[in-house]
Amino acid sequence: MRQSNAYIIIFSIITTIVLGGLLSIASVGLAPRQKIQVEKDTKKSILGAVMEVKKTDDVLSIYEKRIESLVVNINGDVVETDESGNPLIAENVSIEKNFKKSPEDRLYPVFLFKGSSNEIEAYILPIYGSGLWDVIWGYIALDKDLNTIKGVVFDHKGETPGLGARIAERDVQSRFIGRKVYDSDGALVSVSLLKGEGNAVKLLDDHHVDGLAGATITARGVNNMLLNYLNHYQNYLRKISS
Amino acid sequence: METETLDLPIVKKEQSEGLLSKRRRKFVTDPLNDDNPITVQVLGICSALAITLKMEPTLVMSVAVLFVIVFSNLIISFLRNLIPNRVRIIVQLAIIAALVTLVNEVLKAYYYDMYKVLSVYVGLIITNCIIMGRLEAFAMGNKAWDSVLDGFGSGFGYAWIILAVAFFRELFGFGSLFGFEIFKAVGIENFPSNGLMVTPIGAFMILGIIIWIQRTKTGYVEH
Repeated sequence: MRQSNAYIIIFSIITTIVLGGLLSIASVGLAPRQKIQVEKDTKKSILGAVMEVKKTDDVLSIYEKRIESLVVNINGDVVETDESGNPLIAENVSIEKNFKKSPEDRLYPVFLFKGSSNEIEAYILPIYGSGLWDVIWGYIALDKDLNTIKGVVFDHKGETPGLGARIAERDVQSRFIGRKVYDSDGALVSVSLLKGEGNAVKLLDDHHVDGLAGATITARGVNNMLLNYLNHYQNYLRKISS
Repeated sequence: METETLDLPIVKKEQSEGLLSKRRRKFVTDPLNDDNPITVQVLGICSALAITLKMEPTLVMSVAVLFVIVFSNLIISFLRNLIPNRVRIIVQLAIIAALVTLVNEVLKAYYYDMYKVLSVYVGLIITNCIIMGRLEAFAMGNKAWDSVLDGFGSGFGYAWIILAVAFFRELFGFGSLFGFEIFKAVGIENFPSNGLMVTPIGAFMILGIIIWIQRTKTGYVEH
């Protein structure tokens, strides 16, 4: 009996239904909490570009207080509704999905970091690109002069641990603080990581920071990502500075 | 006359076995050392190399594997007389996969940082040979409680090895344990971190050394 085809089929069906049912219940039940966690994580990395976020900090309430967001297009005009006329929320704009479109069609979220008296302290811009093995992304925060870097965060999907993956570390990211993205003539040059690590001090200037040993291609990815996205945000940055 | 008494059947009182009788204790203690799933059976190496960079994710991974192996052993043992022989592997796999998915969802909801660090390796518990091996070799033929103990044994056997590997990797690779900077705390400010330990090769070497020491002590030889 236990080996008959009918028994096997019925047994398989029951197993599938029971296990599938259990997993659906778990998935539906946990979905709201997972959504909050993802939201927290995104907001944490946005804030991470301008301040040190501790594990115990209430990310959501800090974010609520300090960050104002908007969405712009390639021309630097503020976009308020999506194609179907619904209001756009910058936090919900997927950088990854937009990355797949051509730069002219993308939506570009901007996060404004505000001080206690509501004045803008920094402009936080999302960036996205390719590393060695997979995608890399992050945020760059520009000071109110729209030139000096206030901070950066990078993250990655699959860079080599100990080599390229170091872009996610604080001491690598802090190398960018205080550097300038425009040269003295007002042309965009961005900031790039040099090849190799422990470069001579004379090579490091406003637009060059020490690189990563053994992670030349990841570093190149970071450089391209920064330059590309700063370029895409150019029109917006020009508009608000004038 | 005397021989007659000898011929009398000796009535032995049938005693119910204790929950942790000597036989059952062996289910838990054997896999810790003499029959360790990683160092003796050499199973589950992939995850042992991949997630042992730091103590915290390793601990989470250990707990996840322990949960999956104990409960899948229990469930399979309950169902062992109902599972059709021809589809038993698929049924085992389905149960493991369901439990692993559950762990993954819970991690995502309550421990998002670790969910990000462990990423695919939680899902890969499904293919961890230790679990499937125990189901096929033990839970399919033993009672529920014995199977649970066997699950704990193999789970702890797996856990202590990967925790040992992670201990050395985090200590020498980052100079810290559970993120706490040990060397700084004892006054060694410029401890040089060892880049080799940060790569999977470091895990391979430590694992090799553990296996070497252990087999020297137990006298185990591969046939």
